[in-house]
Amino acid sequence: KKVSVEVLDHLEHLALVDFRDSEGVQRLQKAIQFADQLHEVNTDGVEPMDSVLEDRWCLYLREDDVTEGNCTKDLLENAREKVEEYFVAPPG
Amino acid sequence: MAARGCGGVWRRARQRGVVGPGPGPGPSPRGQRAVVCNARGGAVPAGKSGVAPWIPVVGLEIHAQISSNSKLFSGSQVQFAAPPNSLVSFFDASLPGTLPVLNRRCVEAAVMTGLALNCRINKKSMFDRKHYFYADLPAGYQITQQRVPIAVNGSLSYSLCIDNKMSQMVTKTVRIKQIQLEQDSGKSLHDDTRSQTLVDLNRAGVGLMEVVMEPDMCCGEEAAAAVRELQLILQTLGSSQAVMAEGQLRVDANISVHHPGEPYGVRTEVKNINSIRFLAKAVDYEIQRQIEELENGGTILNETRAFDSKLGCTVPMRDKEGKRDYRFMPEPNLPPLILYDAKSLPANLNHQQVINIDWIQERLPDLPSVKREKLVEQYGILPEHSFALSNEDGLAEFFESVVKQTQMKPKKVIGWILNHLLSYLKQHSLTVKESPVSSFLLADLLNLLEKKEISSTAAKQVLAELWKGEGKTPLEIVKEQKLELLQDQKELEQICQAVIDGQENEVIMMVPG
Repeated sequence: KKVSVEVLDHLEHLALVDFRDSEGVQRLQKAIQFADQLHEVNTDGVEPMDSVLEDRWCLYLREDDVTEGNCTKDLLENAREKVEEYFVAPPG
Repeated sequence: MAARGCGGVWRRARQRGVVGPGPGPGPSPRGQRAVVCNARGGAVPAGKSGVAPWIPVVGLEIHAQISSNSKLFSGSQVQFAAPPNSLVSFFDASLPGTLPVLNRRCVEAAVMTGLALNCRINKKSMFDRKHYFYADLPAGYQITQQRVPIAVNGSLSYSLCIDNKMSQMVTKTVRIKQIQLEQDSGKSLHDDTRSQTLVDLNRAGVGLMEVVMEPDMCCGEEAAAAVRELQLILQTLGSSQAVMAEGQLRVDANISVHHPGEPYGVRTEVKNINSIRFLAKAVDYEIQRQIEELENGGTILNETRAFDSKLGCTVPMRDKEGKRDYRFMPEPNLPPLILYDAKSLPANLNHQQVINIDWIQERLPDLPSVKREKLVEQYGILPEHSFALSNEDGLAEFFESVVKQTQMKPKKVIGWILNHLLSYLKQHSLTVKESPVSSFLLADLLNLLEKKEISSTAAKQVLAELWKGEGKTPLEIVKEQKLELLQDQKELEQICQAVIDGQENEVIMMVPG
């Protein structure tokens, strides 16, 4: 039940994290094993649950009013790099 | 068998330079052979090409920006062109500790659109996260509706003219797979010289309706007509202003070709289409490219291509990084969206928290197709005239206004509107609103014509003068240029007599102008 090299490549690519040392791979295996326990439960014919609150959690609908924004300075305060009022990101 | 728009089958024309009449794709940029839609009217007789015919398959994914004051999940303003990052809340910037709060108006817009497109509205729909990394997506995921969207299984009917002269219209239908609510992303400005990307999040989080059309279309013209009709419907509903130039309506086309009886071919996705005209060009080019590629023994890659409007062709998009794994998962911060109808309304309802589908259905305005039919019924004009009227913003209202103010029959008025007013506006790239000739002035002029105070030729002259927008009334121009028809019987007799008698000098003196 080993995790294949293709899957590891894919995961590293998605997460943008290198975890290819053996300890990393072992931890990954253990995490997957832990999660696989879910398969032991027979869920045939059972509707997937959206939330433990079920019908009691109503989606709140907000009125279409402008109540936020206009805080450019605050937003850019944490940016490491900025150009005029734009955030700067690497190319591509 | 009458030609019905795109016959759905394309054949290669082996002769050089053979191009079908009408809105065909034109010669390939590479110069040689042209592809012609076989029902266009006579370019390639059946069997002459010697190649098995191709069936193009075109599907569309359309993103329409919802017309609302604030964004889908936050209270920042929705506005085109504002100082960078001024319409951004902490949630839009994905700062930790912020949560999405659904905008009621956006839900209503999606329900209206779903109803107008004959969809089944899902009384319970859900939100999901679609993950990918990009600078203009600060959260690293987009909130969308992948599992259960708000509306499914609809249809859109649109009209096509068979020939360029608009004398015969045909109605086609495209199935709507679904409509889903989702967030728009911010905007990236690529600065290649400094090797950086500038990010403006003003657009991040604006509500979008994604309308997915099944691959029921087969050429650029059909795709363009379908999108145009959708645009008119959205504008009539007010759910989106759908102005492509402002990015409020964005279209991606999925295109493939196959031989009849064989399975569908590999499809490509074409993006970066900025106008309805370019949509038709892009689709036709891509169909042609695929056919040429396959006939030369090549294969089609399942890739994303961009339309280059300057070159008129599609090119592979640069960051081609293999199939994306979006890792869809339910949005944990939002419970299902529940909609109600007359039957299922809760007992103690809080009106502000309840959306009633039936209530919205009752208040839908007349859709463009209904408006067109009404024009035909009310004024006795032809369907193609009605189509032309509703295709131009404000023209139908202008027409009706003129009809109200003149005794001339609507069937005659329509000629003046479509042949003169519209062509003038088009020549000078003006909208109906910008017309220097108001409905009042035109009606005035048509009344003079109807009362036989001027001839048709004179009327055209007066119209040409009115275009200058110098504020003169038709009557003033008529008097100025002495264009009145002579009504006095005796005067007419005298002139005719003078001509017969060959007394040229007197004729010159007596004839006005």
